[in-house]
Amino acid sequence: MLEEEKIVSLKHELINYANLVEGMIDKCIKGFYNKNKALFTEVIEQDEPRANELEIKIDEICTALIAQYQPKGKGLRTVLMSYKINNDLERMADHAVNIAETALSLIEVPSLANFLQEVLKMAEITRGMLKDSIDSFVQENSTLAEDVCKRDDLVDNLRRANRREVIGYMCAECALMEAGLDILRIARNLERIADLCTNIGEDVIFMVEGKVIKHQKAKL
Amino acid sequence: MKCEVKIKAEEVNFYYGKKQALKNISLEIYQNQITALIGPSGCGKSTFIRLLNRMNDLIPHTRAEGKIYFEGQNILGDNIDVVHLRRKIGMVFQKPNPFPKTIFENVSYGLEINRVKDKKRIEEMVIDALKKAALWNEVKDRLHDSALTLSGGQQQRLCIARCIAVEPQVILFDEPCASLDPISTRSIEELVLELKKYYTIVIVTHNMQQAARISDFTAFLYLGELIEFGSTEKIFTVPKEKMTEEYLTGRFG
Repeated sequence: MLEEEKIVSLKHELINYANLVEGMIDKCIKGFYNKNKALFTEVIEQDEPRANELEIKIDEICTALIAQYQPKGKGLRTVLMSYKINNDLERMADHAVNIAETALSLIEVPSLANFLQEVLKMAEITRGMLKDSIDSFVQENSTLAEDVCKRDDLVDNLRRANRREVIGYMCAECALMEAGLDILRIARNLERIADLCTNIGEDVIFMVEGKVIKHQKAKL
Repeated sequence: MKCEVKIKAEEVNFYYGKKQALKNISLEIYQNQITALIGPSGCGKSTFIRLLNRMNDLIPHTRAEGKIYFEGQNILGDNIDVVHLRRKIGMVFQKPNPFPKTIFENVSYGLEINRVKDKKRIEEMVIDALKKAALWNEVKDRLHDSALTLSGGQQQRLCIARCIAVEPQVILFDEPCASLDPISTRSIEELVLELKKYYTIVIVTHNMQQAARISDFTAFLYLGELIEFGSTEKIFTVPKEKMTEEYLTGRFG
């Protein structure tokens, strides 16, 4: 197989992996909307082991690509960034599992519906960030990647607002302390997923343009 | 990966006079796969590949022991028709060696000595071989020019066309890019990858990166012994033998 063909197959595997992780987030969102525990269980029991398998498979493809083809220039940047994106996707899958595990008990608490709406808004934005970050990788579109990085602030702001409200609610209703902590935990996991999408966006910009924009949020 | 065995070498030893060049080599070559033989100079890789179509017969005072099975027959046996064998297992050498004849005649020559008489059939087979060797577009308007007017890379592709015209099952490449520039090397590598669809390929190369890029299986030989054989991906990422690792990382050889 030629180097170019191998890189195309690497990208296909990453797309499969991203689709799986996006599906995990989607199941968490639908699980909340429909109060469907089976979806959370699916994320934990079926999707996570598959995510772990894919991570190892993509690691192996990247290693073989470097050992066998010694890519240079953009080819090298693509393989190195694929390594990092692979790692980021695995972390996202873990966060999705955290959300599903927490959600299993949380959906039984009806009075938290208002807070859940805000969390779900965060989840929708985060899922869109993941989809666009992977699209930007596949299409080598640094403009879209930059847009993903900018959206991280939206998620951060929603999380901060949600945090204030939930803490206030917990102070007033001690009995709901545990449920409140669960919501904070879910919001925290979503915020981490959004951060990882931002990492992917930064990696794509490096891959396409060879430009490092990490730790320079103000310049975006 | 499940592959069908095309050639099976069993405990092969080979001697140049008293000097033993191959020691107890057992190896399987898989159908429609590319197998690369790597190792430092003098490790026996060229000796081994030349055994596969009995080219070593041409060297005096040599002796082979063991068995190499191809199509159920031991090709090291005395009763083998080597001309027939070399038609089935063709070879491309390090230095392009076209005959001082026209481009067309270089490819048709093997067909004629294999008693293909029909001129139209010969023409079809020559065109097909030149197409498979990715040379047709470059030579279709100058088929009756001397082959020696071609560039080095084109000459090597012509030699590949000459080899495949007689419809072999296996092609042996002995350092096919050693005398070519990087651009011609790339075109030969792309061609070898394409030819894998039709033929079983064995390639000897000093260029480890070439073996890594194009082969499916790699055999590492050292001082006449087969040190390690496995999928190229495994050999180049997690070799089992310390000696393979040391060779790949340039610590000896």
